Amino acid sequence: MLKEVCWQIGGEQGSGLDSTAEVFNTVASRAGYYVYAYKTFASRIKGGHTDFTTRISVERVLAPAAGVNLLVVLDQESINLCARNVYPGAIVLADEAFDPQLPEGLDAKLLTMPFNKMALALGNTLMKNNIVLGASAAFLGLPLEHFKKYAVRRWGNKGEDFVALIHTAMEQGYNHVVENWPDLRLELAQPDGQERLLMTGNDAAALGALAGGCRLMFSYPITPASEIAENLVKAFPKVGGIAVQMEDELGSIVACVGAGFGGARAMTATSGPGISLMQEAIGLASMTETPVVVVNTQRGGPSTGMPTKQEQSDLLAMAYGGHGDGPRIVLAPGSVEELIPLTAEAFNLADNYHCPVLIASDLALALFQQTVEPDAADLANLPKIDRGPIADPEQLAALGRDIFERYSKQVNENGVSARSLPGMKNGQFLATGAEHGPMGKVTENPANRVYMMNRRLRRITKVNTEAVRYFGSPNADLVLLAFGTTLGAAKEAQPIIEQMTGKKVGVLQIRLIYPVPTAEIARYVGDGKALVVESNATGQFAFMLKGTGYDASKVASLLRYDGNLFTVKDIVDGARAVLAGEAQYLVTGGGQGVRPTDDPTIALAAKEA
Amino acid sequence: MAVTMADFRTSEKSWWCPGCGDFGVLAALQKALVELGIEPEKVAVVSGIGCSGKIGNYINSYNLHTVHGRALAAAQGLKLANRELTVIAAGGDGDGFAIGMGHYMHALRRNVDITYIVMDNMIYGLTKGQTSPTSEHGFQTKSTPAGNVERTVNQLQLAIASGCGFVANGFSANQKQLVEIIKRAIQHPGFALVNTYSPCVTFNKQNTFDFFKQHLTNLDEDPTYDRHDRFAAMKKLMETEELVTGIVYEDPNSVRYEDRVAGYPAEGIVNRDWSVDPAVWQKLVDQYK
Ligand SMILES: Cc1ncc(C[n+]2csc(CCOP(=O)(O)OP(=O)(O)O)c2C)c(N)n1
Ligand code: SF4
Repeated sequence: MLKEVCWQIGGEQGSGLDSTAEVFNTVASRAGYYVYAYKTFASRIKGGHTDFTTRISVERVLAPAAGVNLLVVLDQESINLCARNVYPGAIVLADEAFDPQLPEGLDAKLLTMPFNKMALALGNTLMKNNIVLGASAAFLGLPLEHFKKYAVRRWGNKGEDFVALIHTAMEQGYNHVVENWPDLRLELAQPDGQERLLMTGNDAAALGALAGGCRLMFSYPITPASEIAENLVKAFPKVGGIAVQMEDELGSIVACVGAGFGGARAMTATSGPGISLMQEAIGLASMTETPVVVVNTQRGGPSTGMPTKQEQSDLLAMAYGGHGDGPRIVLAPGSVEELIPLTAEAFNLADNYHCPVLIASDLALALFQQTVEPDAADLANLPKIDRGPIADPEQLAALGRDIFERYSKQVNENGVSARSLPGMKNGQFLATGAEHGPMGKVTENPANRVYMMNRRLRRITKVNTEAVRYFGSPNADLVLLAFGTTLGAAKEAQPIIEQMTGKKVGVLQIRLIYPVPTAEIARYVGDGKALVVESNATGQFAFMLKGTGYDASKVASLLRYDGNLFTVKDIVDGARAVLAGEAQYLVTGGGQGVRPTDDPTIALAAKEA
Repeated sequence: MAVTMADFRTSEKSWWCPGCGDFGVLAALQKALVELGIEPEKVAVVSGIGCSGKIGNYINSYNLHTVHGRALAAAQGLKLANRELTVIAAGGDGDGFAIGMGHYMHALRRNVDITYIVMDNMIYGLTKGQTSPTSEHGFQTKSTPAGNVERTVNQLQLAIASGCGFVANGFSANQKQLVEIIKRAIQHPGFALVNTYSPCVTFNKQNTFDFFKQHLTNLDEDPTYDRHDRFAAMKKLMETEELVTGIVYEDPNSVRYEDRVAGYPAEGIVNRDWSVDPAVWQKLVDQYK
């Protein structure tokens, strides 16, 4: 009995593998398993290798698997690229059509099946993917009924005949395995039978925005952010909102500033190149004290960098980018699940702190499917809409004309004063990116300048949000600082590091990237050492942390920037190096050369019950 | 109580040079709003950067002074947030047709119900006299001491070619006509362009008030001119090199962007309850089961 298995399929991009994997993931999720899915893809639509990997477990999983149990390959290139990641004794199921060859010395069972021939006999080569699904179901003991039911739901609108064909293909795949390899089974433990959700971060961000009262979306397509807008386009007619595909990112964020000035909740979503373009207007929002929310699904940079690869390298751009000193808040969710409440909360923070709020998502979080507990998507559990300080229309009306001080010296503890919204009588004021006095009038008076700069900066001295979350042993020797997608691997690595080193290890999730929650970090790290795990080449968060005056001798960096996700092994290796005295550990790429049991870490990470 | 000119004035002293054409545009805008009886709190002026972009400082309304070239994007965002507002975007020729050209073209296509007033002085004023996209060919400026070798942007023809439903040109010194143009532009359902010749008395010694008086063709004086005819409008603009005043083109069948998008609420988004109906929410979440 296995607590979890890892399924992988490799083939040519554009051959329908995307939806094959999606069906597989959804069915596994509906069967009651926890799913964590990820893929390798390139910035092209057809041709070139792609692979999809799914971890199915009876326990919550949020990181890539240590190895693969069942690898399905549709071309030789996929064997060459993927086979080295299989566990010893794993099954490699290949199409016999291309005369598959396993690398020499690989401890795996190569089985071939006539996928192509079977599909041709069914008169539709696309059925290959359904045959694969049927065969995979047989190996893993997933009920074929679940797959068939899902096919009805998903392709029902294409007619009964088409669905019947899919069913036949699935059955043929299933039966072929049952008949030919009756004794080869990867027996998965039974799940708890709970119904859960399966979604990507871009799905979650859209849901969170809707719950948070966002009714306007202005954006420009970019990988990996586009789906957020696509989701909202579909949902807005149901709740009365509008999603505009703007001409560029400059227009997108400026439109958000316009809408925020108007009192509505607007959002934009982008990735690195878009964040660069938005800097001028992020400054405008800071200067005019206008709420605005930006989701940044980070990807490999600089410039066009690696648009389909994972990275977390826009932290400095998000926190400090642009000219001048423009305060903003940067939040980071640690899972797809957290993106729902965090996105909703972002709107409340923007309205309460009157400044831009950026959400630091990343490519893996944005695009890869994860299991989400239904509680996280329960409307009753999500933050309630809190509009922040708004002037009372009646008091304003009684005030008289040309008197309202939008940037009043009467501020709340955040340095924020009530704003009027267009339409309110006598609330008229000038919101300007130029330095201004209390009524918004432009002035370069030095004393006013200092007052206004302090006023704007004061709001981010203490942001009222859950800035960190701690997991693992208290008073640890080593605390892993992680955020975004890296959190999952760090949490999985934590007990393994403890077991291998005998040291106490903790994981501190950073949910507030900027302003850096230095006091909280100091409290949890204590006399131990902080190891910042981040997907960038220069250690941006570590740099920011040290910049706040935190004892630099306590901070070490674990960096990966080859475009791939941190694995549990990377983190264990990095932690051991740091415990042995290194200040920095770089993951040099691919994990190539290490086979899943050559290394004790991976053996520990492989969850066999 | 009826709105008066005084309601639209602010205590702010002007930073414009005495005699600047922009004074006339400001006055015409204020007068048009008064004549339409729109309350100051229902008006939002969104401006760009430049001397012209300062217009929001001098009008008692909700004013958003943005960054260079981006007024149109902000104005559209604001209008879509609260369609009950009268939203005026305003700026200069450099602001609108150089750095802001991308937004200009797409605002024309989108047709959100805003009025765009351009104060065209054929030069960069605030940065002290460089060429602008509407500067004449051969015009000598600080950035073109040997004469401008580039062709000028024909912003009115561009507007018509891009499907803009209201294209007008005013002259800051012809108050009466400009007020009427702005009033109609505000009433037009959809994007309305009001380009205005608004001379820079400090840096543009060529395109002066006198120059415009001599060269402008007033369309209102031609009873045969049909402003609903797109082709005639294009022809007129080519013949006059855009040195016209009056409403050049008006599409009586213009439909706002707001009215073409399914599910966009009839009242302003700001004035709605933003909580999601639990039944709708459940459906959204159930997609992920
Ligand atoms: C991004 C950016 N680039 C350049 C400037 C400098 N700048 C300020 S105003 C201006 C041109 C203004 O010309 P125009 O729009 O014709 O307005 P005018 O001053 O003539 O009314 C420029 C280039 C700026 N503020 N921002
Ligand atoms: S520089 Fe020219 S455009 Fe600017 S205020 Fe003076 S006259 Fe007007």
